[in-house]
Amino acid sequence: MQITDTLARPSAARIPWVTIGVWGGLAILVLVAYLRAPQATTAVLTSTIRQSTPIILGALAGIMCERSGVINIGIEGMMLISAFLGFLFNVWTGDLLLATMGALLVGAAVGAFHAVMSITLKVDQIIAGTVINILAVGLTGYFYQQGLTTRGKLAPVSIPVLADIPIIGPVFFSNPPITYASLILIVVIHVILFRTAWGLRTRAVGEHPAAADTVGIAVNRVRYINVIIGGMLAGLAGGFLTLESVGSFERNMTNGRGFVSLAVMIFGKWTPFGAWGGSLLFGFANALQSQIQFLKNQLPPWLAWIGDLPPQFIGMLPYVLTIAVLAGFVGRARPPAAIGKVYEKE
Amino acid sequence: MERAESQSPLQADRLAPVRSLLRAMIVPVASVVVALAIGAVIIALSGANPLVAYSALFEGGLGSGRAIGRTLEKATPLIFGGLAVSLAFKCGLFNIGAQGQLLLGAIFAAFIGFSLQGLPAVLHIPLALLVGAVMGAVWAAIAGTLKAFTGAHEVITTIMLNFVAFNLTDWLADGPWKDRSPGNIVARTPAVAPEARLPDIAGVPLGMILAVLAAIAVWWLIWRTTIGFELRTVGQNASAAKYAGISVRRMTVLAMVASGFLAGLGGAVETLGVVGRFQPGFNVGLGFQAITIALLARTNPIAVIPASLLIGVMQAGASRMQFNSGVASEIIDVIQAIILFFVAADSIIRWVLRLRAEEGERVTLSSGWGS
Repeated sequence: MQITDTLARPSAARIPWVTIGVWGGLAILVLVAYLRAPQATTAVLTSTIRQSTPIILGALAGIMCERSGVINIGIEGMMLISAFLGFLFNVWTGDLLLATMGALLVGAAVGAFHAVMSITLKVDQIIAGTVINILAVGLTGYFYQQGLTTRGKLAPVSIPVLADIPIIGPVFFSNPPITYASLILIVVIHVILFRTAWGLRTRAVGEHPAAADTVGIAVNRVRYINVIIGGMLAGLAGGFLTLESVGSFERNMTNGRGFVSLAVMIFGKWTPFGAWGGSLLFGFANALQSQIQFLKNQLPPWLAWIGDLPPQFIGMLPYVLTIAVLAGFVGRARPPAAIGKVYEKE
Repeated sequence: MERAESQSPLQADRLAPVRSLLRAMIVPVASVVVALAIGAVIIALSGANPLVAYSALFEGGLGSGRAIGRTLEKATPLIFGGLAVSLAFKCGLFNIGAQGQLLLGAIFAAFIGFSLQGLPAVLHIPLALLVGAVMGAVWAAIAGTLKAFTGAHEVITTIMLNFVAFNLTDWLADGPWKDRSPGNIVARTPAVAPEARLPDIAGVPLGMILAVLAAIAVWWLIWRTTIGFELRTVGQNASAAKYAGISVRRMTVLAMVASGFLAGLGGAVETLGVVGRFQPGFNVGLGFQAITIALLARTNPIAVIPASLLIGVMQAGASRMQFNSGVASEIIDVIQAIILFFVAADSIIRWVLRLRAEEGERVTLSSGWGS
């Protein structure tokens, strides 16, 4: 009874008034802000998209794993290792494309490691993720040498014509490659999950592995592949950090983004578009934080106090937001039923 | 992860505890040995001599009276952290926020330490320790309450609270509670009053004594009290606990409060016993080390002490190793992660050593998102 219910296309019949209301309200807000301060608004929105890129990629990684029934709290560590090795590949080869591919492969490898631990070795999946997180901090810290010079980073590519549209142009059509890739991947993963046989199998395995097994689906194989794909997505998020955003590696540079991704995934009820909404929210919080110096002079007098807040308070914002989102949404979202459980044939 | 513990009070076999203790030690000890071996390979791969590195590591941690003192100093907060994580595990909660709770405990202990002057030590020390521990408890209670009443998973909330705690303590140490003495430009609080510093008792630091007492207290709480029984019941099977009339919510909050209390106390002890003030960048990485220790000790409070001493030796010897052999001290983080891997994936060690999987009560260490 539950299966047919959850495997059906997500809430096709109901009109999501709340979502429409929230996004409509935001659109109006953005328009008002743009009319008052076009430059600042564009800067904040552009930064929002960029800052949300690793978050949505991490959330997509989480969705792929968890829809197939494997909890992955190691996304943070997967990002960190891929960010580090992606950066090293760039230093060695000087080829950003190769380095990005390298980050993807490293992510896949760490994903496979997570799959081995949580599927084959039957390690508690939350502990398995913790092993990856701790290992990532240790290994990157050990092998990182200061003074490695960067070989540049992925530059924005403007899409002709579209990039000239006010607001939308600079925000959506003048981005570096991994940011574009993340936007495309949201659609791709949505289609895979809800419109393909593979997606149906993935969700079946995550909801009711025993039933999936009876109809001939190789439960653990589906899980392995999904966790490895998840690792690649986390790897791309790591690649974003060193190859597109910063251009070099810093210790612990993921700064909790992997965990924020998981909160965003829950916020989005394990759907790509829902998670994107959550990522944008965090991207916005981060954008405000990074643009605050620039924004200080542009604030209207009644908001001037924001500019005087200690930087540490603005630094807390994304994390407090994560907690609030989690507390507000987790109760209403239902995770895949078989999540965290090792499947053993009867 | 499975764990077996033959703690059933009905068992009359007198030798059973000894045998089960020895059996329980096989996997952790083997994990440490294998992790050190893999660490040696990594050291060799990065072009250094693992033997030189390891002998410097253990010399720096155990080689002299001063080295042992340093090890005890490093092990003390680790014991508190390991106890905090172990206690939460008993209730099926994964507290990866010991770091943040420790920071809160440390800065509030420092605040009591420097802001009150002229109080006798018998009052000042307990007060500063208590305030620190309570602040750690309050910090963890946020995560516990959210888990109990909204279902927000503690793994994410405690990690996020760590970042909030970093920012909050950084602001306090660089703002309202900053050391304003001339010449100081860095973010730190003033030094605590001499009366608030922890003394040595018969040559042993008071902090270490408190840590051992805390381990005994946690053991007693878990195995000898009704609350402990209820905690463990919730940890093993929350629905059964509910059916038996135990309030899962109450236990969840309580376990996090107790866990945070221990972590906060650890921070307070470190501040009053070793550092003497609060400065940002305090004990970074303790949260993760505490997890390794808790699992190495198989969440047994007494076993947390030797596990912490082991990690303490590595920490104490790391700088000597770096100096003597040029191996970066971060290698000890790698070794710890590998230890954690083998302790968690104990089926590997069991398979290699041809050990049978232990039968007994199974404990889910942590719970999925939904529950």
